[in-house]
Amino acid sequence: MPKFLVDNKEIKAKQGTTLLKVCLDNQIYIPNLCYLEGIDPPSVSCRMCFVEIEGERQPVTSCTVFVKDDMVVKTDTPAVRQLQRTALRLLLSVHHVDCKNCQANKKCELQRMAKFLKVGLKPKGLGIYLREVEIDRSHPFLDYYPNRCVLCGKCVHVCREKNGQSALTFSKRGFDTVISFYGVRDLPTPECENCNVCIDICPVGALALKETQKEAVPNLQGEEDPNIA
Amino acid sequence: MNQELTPEEKEALKHVASKLEFYEEQRRNLIPILQMVQETLAYLPPEAIKLVAEHLAIFECEVYGVATFYNQFRFHPPGKHPIKACLGTACHVRGGDIILENFERKLGIHAGETTPDREFSIEKVACVGCCALAPVAIIDETVHGHMAPSKVEGLLMRIEIEKEMEERAKKKDESGQ
Ligand code: SF4
Ligand code: SF4
Ligand code: FES
Ligand code: FES
Repeated sequence: MPKFLVDNKEIKAKQGTTLLKVCLDNQIYIPNLCYLEGIDPPSVSCRMCFVEIEGERQPVTSCTVFVKDDMVVKTDTPAVRQLQRTALRLLLSVHHVDCKNCQANKKCELQRMAKFLKVGLKPKGLGIYLREVEIDRSHPFLDYYPNRCVLCGKCVHVCREKNGQSALTFSKRGFDTVISFYGVRDLPTPECENCNVCIDICPVGALALKETQKEAVPNLQGEEDPNIA
Repeated sequence: MNQELTPEEKEALKHVASKLEFYEEQRRNLIPILQMVQETLAYLPPEAIKLVAEHLAIFECEVYGVATFYNQFRFHPPGKHPIKACLGTACHVRGGDIILENFERKLGIHAGETTPDREFSIEKVACVGCCALAPVAIIDETVHGHMAPSKVEGLLMRIEIEKEMEERAKKKDESGQ
């Protein structure tokens, strides 16, 4: 069992565990959005989970490092914090911050990171770039908020784990990337009504049950994704 | 803004269905298949996406996710008068995005879309090779250089008028017979 130091604390963990998971399990918080046990290879897309490891020239993403004997890890160096703060600010620059009206309020990973990193939720100095569509209502049971989504990909993963294939997908690219439910109304057995794993895993408030089932639109075949361009 | 398939397109769709048989049911065939569909139909209508998904036994959203990632795939039929707004570097710095926006507003569609009557479609392109004329827009095959927002309406109007004249001429012809 590898034995190593994180922030001067001695830790033991099973071979083959990622450094990020070990730290989180040992109450050492490292900001992270896209890591989820079982996503293999890890998506490494949020660029939040940086740490410094002695012997490495640059900070590394802790979700991609496996624990090793005698590692010396620091989670709180100026370089690490600078990277994390920048990444968070960039995320917030494409985010419609409106916590009062958001179901994730107080359990939101962005709020947690902002507090931890002492970054305001409305950072100055960066322009705000929002998607035109505020709510995608094309799903019969869910609503999707593109301007809250951090594109971590966890929802896509858990849906695939549970249902064999994912009813959600990333679509488009660059600034326009969004989650899409294209074709969900054509699925033979839309289990979504009683599933909700995607809502539960979302680290922010980007996926929500439709408020009333009245809102649920019956099978409008081929209704268009409002995000299509 | 889902558009009905034209009778020709319905025929082409049947064609697509029969061509699909030549592709093994393997995910790595997805992109070649999409290319074949677009070659046959000129775009990827929802009906075709469904066919492809069924053929490969994957969800439609997966097909859609892959297709939307690539610039080469379109989801709306090309309009009778395709408009290409250049957003290459030179045109961009000279306000190409404003020209694009004007076309979008005038026609009530976004780049990548087609008007419901299928008369116009708008596309963004990156440098059409005449940067000295920036900002540039191409309508049909004609290059319009030194574009200005004020020219947009005139250009569209001209096409409308030409269309009307053609129709009138046709009617005259018919009644003359
Ligand atoms: S997702 Fe989080 S940060 Fe964004 S509005 Fe909701 S609670 Fe606020
Ligand atoms: S909807 Fe939520 S879980 Fe899915 S990619 Fe966006 S932020 Fe992540
Ligand atoms: S958790 Fe490591 S990059 Fe997102
Ligand atoms: S950038 Fe528009 S023609 Fe070259």
